[in-house]
Amino acid sequence: MPEQQRRQRPAPKERVEETEELPATSERGEKLKGELDDLLDEIDEVLEINAEDFVKSYVQKGGE
Amino acid sequence: MAVPKVCGTETEYGVVLRGAPDPNPVLASSVLINSYVEQRKVGWDFEDESPGRDARGYAREGTQAPEIETHLVNTVLTNGARYYVDHAHPEYSTPECADALELVLADKAGERVLAKSMQAASRLLEPGQSIVVYKNNSDGKGNSYGCHENYLVDRTVPFSSLVRYLLPWFVTRQVFTGAGKVGSENGAAAVDYQLSQRADFFEEEVGLETTLKRPIVNTRDEPHADPQLYRRLHVIAGDANLCEVATFLKVGTTAIVLGMIEDEFLESGPGARKEWSLAGPVPAMRTVSHDPTCRAQIELADGRRMSAVELQWEFLRLAKKYADETGLELCGGEDVGGQVLTRWEAVLSALEDDPMSLDGQLDWVTKRNLLDAYVERDGLTWSDPKLALLDLQYHDVRPDRSLYERLVRAGKVERLVDEQDVQEAITEPPGSTRAYFRGTCLARWPEAVVAANWDSLILDVGGDPLKRIPMMEPLRGTRAHVEPLFASVDSPAELVARLAS
Repeated sequence: MPEQQRRQRPAPKERVEETEELPATSERGEKLKGELDDLLDEIDEVLEINAEDFVKSYVQKGGE
Repeated sequence: MAVPKVCGTETEYGVVLRGAPDPNPVLASSVLINSYVEQRKVGWDFEDESPGRDARGYAREGTQAPEIETHLVNTVLTNGARYYVDHAHPEYSTPECADALELVLADKAGERVLAKSMQAASRLLEPGQSIVVYKNNSDGKGNSYGCHENYLVDRTVPFSSLVRYLLPWFVTRQVFTGAGKVGSENGAAAVDYQLSQRADFFEEEVGLETTLKRPIVNTRDEPHADPQLYRRLHVIAGDANLCEVATFLKVGTTAIVLGMIEDEFLESGPGARKEWSLAGPVPAMRTVSHDPTCRAQIELADGRRMSAVELQWEFLRLAKKYADETGLELCGGEDVGGQVLTRWEAVLSALEDDPMSLDGQLDWVTKRNLLDAYVERDGLTWSDPKLALLDLQYHDVRPDRSLYERLVRAGKVERLVDEQDVQEAITEPPGSTRAYFRGTCLARWPEAVVAANWDSLILDVGGDPLKRIPMMEPLRGTRAHVEPLFASVDSPAELVARLAS
């Protein structure tokens, strides 16, 4: 799974190489940040309005 | 001696009826379930229910089958699941499964059933009203509802052995089972964010209760199987997970640990440690949950201190030996059991190095990363209600509103099962347990099935008195056992005749 591979921690040796290629890494970082910003924007669209009231009104009595 | 780890979960969903002047959660739950099972419902048979029976060997006075609730909706689905109103929640009990991967599928199918129910209910409600359900375990105001696990356990294992090892097990496994929660409740110390939805609610080490003074190890003794041979371990110390990896690990590792307890491997296996008991399991539950670095030290009964992850490594070290020496055939099979061990090790390594790297695998990490992104972008403090809203909406079961589902669609969550298989599991039972027999009878002859419960079916085959078919052995009635039988009969009467012969 590509997601999985990206998340995997690189071995220590690879990490040294990564710091040597700083520009590429930060470019990739920018891209990731851009993706995350887009995702947050998308989530903003579906979030319930008036967080405070909504959270306050969520009460669950009785269970198990 | 270990017995096959037949397993299942029962999830109580949080429920809200929106747009109603005086919303009643019991009514909302009933409408929800009725809408889903518009077609003929098969009732649940309470004959063998005794939730007051205690595994320590006594029955609580006055506890009976929950008569008071029999008027509530209670139904059985063709996939072998039970779908019903429990107190003030819709509850979905998966069919019995043979391993953790099957259970991931059954549990995910449950979420889809709830989503379909909400859609179906919208057609019955007044304009402007809607029912919304959440797969979480707390309302953030001191009210908790459970996601219980069940495992088949050898009756001859002394309950005290289970207690001895399960207390440290349930305390420490929170590092991967937690579904994450903003803040604390029920009198727990203030915290920005914690691993578990449930940890704040445990007040006792062992007991029969599930709704107040909750115990870490629950003693309910209702085997739903041959009581001479089996227990059903009823686990209430877990969170409802959305991440498939989390459910897989929660159930898969617990099945292996139970196998080790049954085979006395934790006390006398090669290299077994002497001390497993915690000095204070109840406070340790919170200590572990309240520490997202996963480095907090908890004290053992012998005075030594270690982190939850370190004690987990001890469980894993012995589990690998157990797999080598005894095999995992009874703990989910060699294939799935092997996958559990591999994943368990990878997750413990990641928790040690950088817990946040488990984004998309564990709920508490996935949610935390989302919240952190909002904190950074919007400059929020942890008391901001927007974070509490994001927490709640992560668990929203509506596909268009669920933040968890958004993350899945964005490719940020690892899946273990195919969505097509999940869709099938909405109606098809697993083939590996008696759920196959139950589900197939319901699918083929809904009119004839008068009532069903975990360990029997009552059939009306016409004329004669009703026929009760006992199903006391959870691994009988599998596809391999009864598919040929189903293929060779044309009516429930024939089925009963063949079973009797």
